[in-house]
Amino acid sequence: MNRLQVELPGLTLKNPIMPASGCFGFGREFSKLYDIGQLGAIMIKAATLEPRFGNPTPRVAETPGGMLNAIGLQNPGVEKIMAEELPWLQQFDVPIIANIAGSTVEDYVSVAEKISAAPNVHALELNISCPNVKTGGIAFGTDATTAMELTRKVKAASAVPVYVKLSPNVTDIVEIAKAVEMGGADGITMINTLLGMRIDLQSGEPLLANRTGGLSGPAIKPVAIRMVYEVSRNVSIPIIGMGGVASAEDALEFLYAGASAVAVGTQNFVDPFACPSIIEELPRLLDRLGLSTVKECIGRSWKSNEPIAHHCP
Amino acid sequence: MAIIKDICTVIRVKKIADSIFEMVLEGRIADEVENPGQFIHIRVTEGNAPLLRRPVSIAAVDKKNHRLTIIFRSGGQGTLLLSRKVPGETLDILGPLGNGFPVDKVDSGGTAILAGGGIGVPPLYGLGLKLREQGVKVISVLGFQTAESVFYQDEFASLGETYIATVDGTSGTKGFVTDVLNERGFEADILYTCGPLPMLRALEAGDYARETYLSMEERMGCGIGACFACVCRKKDDPNGHSYKKVCSDGPVFKAGEVLI
Repeated sequence: MNRLQVELPGLTLKNPIMPASGCFGFGREFSKLYDIGQLGAIMIKAATLEPRFGNPTPRVAETPGGMLNAIGLQNPGVEKIMAEELPWLQQFDVPIIANIAGSTVEDYVSVAEKISAAPNVHALELNISCPNVKTGGIAFGTDATTAMELTRKVKAASAVPVYVKLSPNVTDIVEIAKAVEMGGADGITMINTLLGMRIDLQSGEPLLANRTGGLSGPAIKPVAIRMVYEVSRNVSIPIIGMGGVASAEDALEFLYAGASAVAVGTQNFVDPFACPSIIEELPRLLDRLGLSTVKECIGRSWKSNEPIAHHCP
Repeated sequence: MAIIKDICTVIRVKKIADSIFEMVLEGRIADEVENPGQFIHIRVTEGNAPLLRRPVSIAAVDKKNHRLTIIFRSGGQGTLLLSRKVPGETLDILGPLGNGFPVDKVDSGGTAILAGGGIGVPPLYGLGLKLREQGVKVISVLGFQTAESVFYQDEFASLGETYIATVDGTSGTKGFVTDVLNERGFEADILYTCGPLPMLRALEAGDYARETYLSMEERMGCGIGACFACVCRKKDDPNGHSYKKVCSDGPVFKAGEVLI
């Protein structure tokens, strides 16, 4: 038995660890550093219908325990991703979760239809939470009805399960989570970045050319944990949790909060070997805490106060 | 050549000019360095502040002793922490990153101009060493703010003719690197440069050599080409979707390749 294995809609994960979208490109750079086939899954960089250049630079700024980014969904467009990136990824025995974004409902539907047909795309991640684009992105993720409608349409167009990536920049994330569940989402991924800003003391201008950017990194972990905890108690679809994961301990905290798998984002930039390190460390952490499987950790913070050993799957 | 992550040992740290530090590091990364102009990505703390690594260009490499020399300006939080490291301490370093200066574009007996500005000067030193090894005549023109910020004048002088320019005129020619170049009118086969953008623009626009290569600086995230923080546009497609990543396609580009 593989104690790290997790089953999610469309995804059989050999372990619950995967790089988060936008923090791993399409895997090529990391494949030169380690065998990316060992990852639980790969969430590839957002695909849009047309190629996008993204925002002007500077696109990143640092903050205590975190960073702001405003890349702006730069990508070569769905056609090129399907022609060049996905076939290349087929050499690795790892399910791909394709992040999709757009400016209009039609964009999303069209990208979903196309990319979900790729043989190694096992699930879609519907990006309704990018804070760095003028149209689309977060605009679809802050209103429950809009989010539900978009989920429904994308779900109808997709050949594979659809996970919706939620924004933390809302008053009540549970409301949005319930709405996308009602719209037919097979799962939720959360959280995207928190909208933030830094201002340069010399110029008096925002540090980022886009003025605002998305905050990520260890600084946002407690917010993410709280949100995963709240959402997982209120929906019955599984969650892939993310937000400041830097270690196996962080990953376990997300599982305890209610996530069924965990994505690593910014830490890939701090340490490009972050994902394999966490995968290697996770069994040792389980041993230390007297836990036998990842599965039994999911939602422990609210499911039961009984000793784990008595828990029946 | 492979990119590796290695724990390197600090051998020496020395202040060599106002806010400018020279650091010698020992580790396996030195063995992997291919070209002058490549850089390393340094984690300056095991903690979370600052979170990201700091890209620092390699000034010189001593493969026999597995050592690298870097020169950096202590300005922000990260480089300040770096400047306080003492011999024997270790640093988590990723590298070598990027493609360096092409050293095969000029023949033995040819002439190369090295034009550096401020903290853009260091990678040109390693380049000068390599070019001299290949029998290339090296002329160095180095620009700084003021006399107190001048460094490596003697080191460059050992490679060949060396000219200094300072903005306030306290050392060498008053003005910029381009003032020296315009005044002297050197005949050169190739010009290599690294420094602030206005300097790179002026050198690209001027007609100082048959070929020009520039090393760019940009805020970076991952340093390996995955995060798309440090992209720049291509000159032949200024409003389109094509791009180059400074970290992995650069940091050195042929003049005219990217929009600066």
